[in-house]
Amino acid sequence: MEKTLDSFEIGDVGTVKRVFAEGQIKRRLFDMGITPGAEVMMRKRAPLGDPIELTVRGYELTLRKTEAACVMMEVAK
Amino acid sequence: MKRFALAGNPNCGKTTLFNGLTGSTAHVGNWPGVTVDKKTGTYKKCPEPVEIVDLPGIYSLSPYTPEEVIARNYILDEKPDCIINIVDATNLERNLYLTTQIMEIDVPVVIALNMMDAVEKMGNKIDEKTLEERLGIPVIKISALKETGLKELMERAYQASLTPRKGKTVLESTPLSHLIGDVKIALKGQDVDNPLFHAIKLVENDSIETEMHKDTLPMISEFKETFEDDVFGDDFEALVADARYKYISKNFAPVLSKKQPKFSMTKSDKIDRVLTHKIWGIPIFLAILFLVFHLTFSEDLLYLGAAGVFDKETVAYTMDTNTLVKEADLVEGEHYFDEDGNEVEAVFYNGDFVELAPVPFAYDKAGNKIEAFFDKDGNELTVLTDDKGELLDLYSADGVKYTAFYNADGYKVDLVLNDDGEFEDVEFVSEIDAFLSEISVHTFFGYEESVYSPGVILFNALDTLTGLLSACMSEAMADAPAWASGLVVDGILGGLFSVLSFLPQILLLFLFFSLLEDSGYMARVAFILDRMFRRFGLSGRAFMPMIMGFGCSIPAMTNTRTLADKKERTATVRVIPFFSCSAKLPILTAIAGAIVTKFGVGNADLITYAMYLLGIAVAIASVLIMRSTTMKGEVPPFIMELPAYHIPQFKALMIHLYDKAKHFIKKAFTIILASTIVIWFISHFSWNWGYLEDAEMESSILAGIGGLLQPLFTPLGFGSQLKGFGWVFVVAAITGLIAKENVIATFGTLAACITAGFEANEALGGVDSVVQMIAATGITIPALIAFIAFNMTTIPCFAAVATAKAELGDKKTFRWTLLFWVATSYIVACMIYLIGSWWWTSFIFAALIACAVTMIVLHNKGAKFRFKKVS
Repeated sequence: MEKTLDSFEIGDVGTVKRVFAEGQIKRRLFDMGITPGAEVMMRKRAPLGDPIELTVRGYELTLRKTEAACVMMEVAK
Repeated sequence: MKRFALAGNPNCGKTTLFNGLTGSTAHVGNWPGVTVDKKTGTYKKCPEPVEIVDLPGIYSLSPYTPEEVIARNYILDEKPDCIINIVDATNLERNLYLTTQIMEIDVPVVIALNMMDAVEKMGNKIDEKTLEERLGIPVIKISALKETGLKELMERAYQASLTPRKGKTVLESTPLSHLIGDVKIALKGQDVDNPLFHAIKLVENDSIETEMHKDTLPMISEFKETFEDDVFGDDFEALVADARYKYISKNFAPVLSKKQPKFSMTKSDKIDRVLTHKIWGIPIFLAILFLVFHLTFSEDLLYLGAAGVFDKETVAYTMDTNTLVKEADLVEGEHYFDEDGNEVEAVFYNGDFVELAPVPFAYDKAGNKIEAFFDKDGNELTVLTDDKGELLDLYSADGVKYTAFYNADGYKVDLVLNDDGEFEDVEFVSEIDAFLSEISVHTFFGYEESVYSPGVILFNALDTLTGLLSACMSEAMADAPAWASGLVVDGILGGLFSVLSFLPQILLLFLFFSLLEDSGYMARVAFILDRMFRRFGLSGRAFMPMIMGFGCSIPAMTNTRTLADKKERTATVRVIPFFSCSAKLPILTAIAGAIVTKFGVGNADLITYAMYLLGIAVAIASVLIMRSTTMKGEVPPFIMELPAYHIPQFKALMIHLYDKAKHFIKKAFTIILASTIVIWFISHFSWNWGYLEDAEMESSILAGIGGLLQPLFTPLGFGSQLKGFGWVFVVAAITGLIAKENVIATFGTLAACITAGFEANEALGGVDSVVQMIAATGITIPALIAFIAFNMTTIPCFAAVATAKAELGDKKTFRWTLLFWVATSYIVACMIYLIGSWWWTSFIFAALIACAVTMIVLHNKGAKFRFKKVS
């Protein structure tokens, strides 16, 4: 099943399929390791619901939902 | 001399390694983006001395953030002899991503594999030999923290630097290699340095490169047309990044053998469960912030005193029958014995019992209390002076003539008589004695009602020491001309000490912030608060420089380089001074303390805390206004690493503190010393250069200047309405432009002068000097608060202004920034004074604000709301 990263629930694990962002945001996502094939786990949401925290490539990354919405994921079962 | 550059991800131990190699005292922090300037130091154990350059921490060599551009330009243009690429072994994949870019440059590279101990502790292994073989670059295991492997690292780096190296890419075995190869050949034909690196960047459509090599662009797009990819299409930036990560996971997964499952709970995750908790995250943050300020400034630690832990019953006995009297039965002005049998007087204030004050007596040399004085003939005297007001010769009941008097503790004293010549009190002959006799355990740790916080204890300790030095100096200069001792004791020492005495609290506050920063908590604070910041048009990253502003605006402004967006940076630089820096702290504590002491209102640390919150509120309001008017722009992205928590390093903390103390003391002995001397001079000399006694200050040059400007500050509460001494506040605010510590230092100097006759020679503490100011000027509480607010939000110190100028770049923005600071401080202080004095003025301000907001909204909505002309 495919869905965007911002719609992940806490504990969901998936693989990055595509990144739709442009310019700086796209580059930054790539540089931080959000590239196709990367395995991502949704860790938690910040107290105010946004940003979210992920585990990717063995470290913790935080990004906003608007940025996470640019990442299409394949949800692992 | 060889030059080696340290490059690596933020937070990978780069600065720790730099300190280990150079023994220098560079700033270290567990905070992505602490090092934004490059720093240099020297390593001496190689065959020749090596200059080590610490580059900013970066994730990539992309053109988007200023740090990445700094690092990239340094490597390409300055051509170091070797790059030491530090790789955090606990985070191999992402760290190697940068490595794959660095190795494309024609420069010798070695990899310092840091934090291997942490990897091994988790039971994991990294095969560094395989790593070395696959990358074709020397890999050396080190621990920057424990300083192991550094010697080998430097030997290998030195060896590597002796032979030139050609760039290599991991993209060789990908479909991209032909394209890259073609561009590289084209660039080589043009004699471009580092053709491989530039070729790849050109393929990526890197904005810096496409600017630089415009002529090759048509050729490259021609090459690109022949290329097709089923996933990314023609998105070459994505293709390259993806290829790098693919290469890393394919080749280096076997290098790292991990015991844990992929998404296991680490220690950091467990800590985060509490600290970034959905409900408790924000309360915990606020509590930590409060605790930090409480431990630094509170005079009632943990509110034990207010809770009544130290309450004690008053014990008093009647003088005649020696029976116990209850506190409620004490009579104002009556004398009693206390529990030690000393004679005391019941002191009342507004009809309420305050304390039992000792009744003054003089003692003879043998330590016997002198109950009465006699003349030569044995007649008891009540009036101790002759017709001319001279003290008579005094004798004891036994007819022994007194040559000197002492107090109960054996210090030599003079008798103090009232206007009728009757005995009233005793006074110390020597100021040093007076000072020493005052010191007790209570001076440092608190009076019976409460215990002081560590910050206040340290403050008192230093304050006592500087006070003693002042007393000694004043005693030593007793015979010198008045102007000379005035200059030294009031002008130089008075001003200097009142600034220096705040050093312990500044350092303690700084220590707490360093602890939070180094532990990794600050990054979580950005995570918690980003949602809030976005509403104001900033990213959570902007929080980092802002919170650093609480320590000092200068590093905070430099740190705004981590913000990629120019408008966000400008807005952030402008509001950083509102996050009250440690130098503004004396203003807060001294005035808050004085309000409590003088008016008996409120609680000093609550006032201080509230003023910090006010600064934050002003910052938020200013950012909101700027981001919806002059600094409009998209909300910048927030994609950031949350570094693993770790216990702060003692050495790094000490380096932080040492740096801070050194900086502060240096400032105190240069800028501040010079300005206190200047102020003393212009406050003690009239326009015709005649020396003025303390009491004649009204005719000084300084008073003249202050008096001229005074009317400007009338709407702020510290202008013309203070009449005679009103210029003092104006002058203090002006001297604050040189350095904010000066505001209270100026008070110290001026208070010692204004209150001449009472304590003119005593080095006054900050609170005391403000108390004296209040007494002399009759300034009101709203005006005092307005004065704090004005100083907090106006133009910061010269050093910070210079930093802002450098960071803002262009002159126009800088000039508007100065104007912005002046306008903000004036408006804020004016609002506080007017609303504080006349509550109904709040309606006027509410109406004005509503108008302004409406106008901004209407303006932003554009022409459709414009009024039509009525014909």
